[in-house]
Amino acid sequence: MMPDSAAMPVAPLLSVERLTVEYPVAGRILSAVSDVSLSVGRGETLGLVGESGCGKSTLGRAVLQLRRPTAGKVMFDGTELTALGGEALRLMRRRLQLIFQDPIASLNPRRPIGDIVAEPLIIIGITDRAERERRVRDVLTAVGLDPDLVWRRLPHEFSGGQCQRVCIARALILEPELVICDEPVSALDVSIRAQILNLLEEMKRRYGLTLLFIAHDLAVVKAVSDRIAVMYLGRLCEIGPTEQVFGSPAHPYTALLLEAIPLPDPTIVPATNVAVGEPPSPLDPPSGCRFRTRCPRADALCAEKIPILRPTADGQLVACHHPLTEG
Amino acid sequence: MTSPLLSLEAVSVELPTPRGMLRAVDKVDLNLMPGRTLGIVGESGCGKTMLSRAILQLLPKRAQLSGRVTFDGRDLATLSAEVLRRLRGPELAVVFQDPMTSLNPVLTIGTQLVETLQAHLGMGGATAIRRSVELLAAVGIPAPEQRLRQYPHQLSGGMRQRVAIAIALSCEPKLLVADEPTTALDVTVQAQILDLLAREQKRRHMSMILITHDLGVVAGRTDEVAVMYAGRVVERAPTSRLFGHMRMPYTEALLAAIPKLESPPHTPLPAIAGRPPDPTRPLPGCSFAPRCRYADEQCRQAKPPLVDPDRCGGLYACWHPLAPQAAAMGI
Repeated sequence: MMPDSAAMPVAPLLSVERLTVEYPVAGRILSAVSDVSLSVGRGETLGLVGESGCGKSTLGRAVLQLRRPTAGKVMFDGTELTALGGEALRLMRRRLQLIFQDPIASLNPRRPIGDIVAEPLIIIGITDRAERERRVRDVLTAVGLDPDLVWRRLPHEFSGGQCQRVCIARALILEPELVICDEPVSALDVSIRAQILNLLEEMKRRYGLTLLFIAHDLAVVKAVSDRIAVMYLGRLCEIGPTEQVFGSPAHPYTALLLEAIPLPDPTIVPATNVAVGEPPSPLDPPSGCRFRTRCPRADALCAEKIPILRPTADGQLVACHHPLTEG
Repeated sequence: MTSPLLSLEAVSVELPTPRGMLRAVDKVDLNLMPGRTLGIVGESGCGKTMLSRAILQLLPKRAQLSGRVTFDGRDLATLSAEVLRRLRGPELAVVFQDPMTSLNPVLTIGTQLVETLQAHLGMGGATAIRRSVELLAAVGIPAPEQRLRQYPHQLSGGMRQRVAIAIALSCEPKLLVADEPTTALDVTVQAQILDLLAREQKRRHMSMILITHDLGVVAGRTDEVAVMYAGRVVERAPTSRLFGHMRMPYTEALLAAIPKLESPPHTPLPAIAGRPPDPTRPLPGCSFAPRCRYADEQCRQAKPPLVDPDRCGGLYACWHPLAPQAAAMGI
């Protein structure tokens, strides 16, 4: 396994080892995730960022075995999920939950909210109706919904923010240990986004959750994450403590992402022409370092050799031949 | 002093819904001078897109428009469909959020560009093709000759948006309306598209309206900003004044709710409680009052007008505006 940064003091709850996920696309192989290793400590939030198509959602789904990886291992609390199947995997999944981007699309439009949130309890075989009702009421109250008001209503009667609260309630009702949040606030307005981010933080404390928080918005990820992992075209570029990665990014791609964020302050003149070009097709990734075609520091070595993840002096891990932290 | 290129006077847009009339835009007044950029900021449902449709005269058929939209001295509502058609392109152009739906999927990029140039500018085939290549190069598309033969689905989202911008700019419009032009794009591509729009706006001395939900997008790239809430403009000021001396509590709350890069992780966000009012059930007072921490009885009973009592170029609609000093300290 890859040496992990010193900043992760607790034993990992989740560890992903040399994970590769490939899809067949029109007779070719698309490598959505290539040889990625990372771990998430118990009680920690790991933010996973990158542009669309970088493989961050695929990685999240591969952790849950919703998409079986082509190679590599996923270890959860000492159990190898990649080796499990059938009933054993189904039982294990109670401890891992997922929250999606589009809260309205993730709820069955024809079922009342009370039934939607109670469904996982029925699946795990809690037959006592009163017990189910008590637990649904508890979790709905925890996410800031009034159980009496929402119980019999249908998803379309609610706004996007409220539907996301329902999705969070459904994810939490089995009291999972790990929750994978895949762009949970991208579809929400600014004012509602802040409510949901605060709620996720509160739920994390209350239920002692470990979060894998996937998003493309760096400011959003920074607000909730203890550590940050940056992906580009299926590979991990950089991973490290949040303040470290934002304060002195080691990978040129991380720096580019940070420079591109539009800041709500007119006194800062937007940097121009920093972000050259767009990611190449993942069906035909560049040789060596996949970022080299857009990188201002790229040279012949970058085209030849795939950079491996190695520690920097400041405590993050970086996969770059010429990291910014080395002048 | 020059006269405004675009002026809106008491523009309202109403849409019939099963729940009653929905007032999407509520008596909006705006002026835009030639060569200036106006940002319109607001959350979904605040009426910013309906307002842009009113300017472009592209409202849904059922929508009822009242008030007056004057463009370059002409009242747009009085123009015939044919006159409007000729106006769009050389005078008024638009870039929408989703380039996949604004481009025709069964025509090549070249056909769509050449067609526009021929229809509006009466160019001959060879000239139009030459001009199309120049336009694609100007918006930063590599190998423009080959791109002309491609279809929209063969291009990335960012490239498609560049093509949509090239088409919008092809007839040298006086006003470009960009409605969430970068919302569907990745952050690095967003920065490039915003730079491109800013560069072309300056170079052509074109007026531009940039509609977005992101205060970050308007901050560095507009001359003036109008903040909308529940169909109304609630604050309007030159961009630096708006960010430095905001007076309307909604603007302050909206800015505060954005996670800040400089804040350490796990900093609780000052979220705005509740959500916007139901647009089919207008409130008698200030629409933001139910969510506003400064609201009192007056706010719930009477709608504050959009005014500039300090005569300093910043308008706001609020009975209890933030003190200028406190607002200045808030940044």
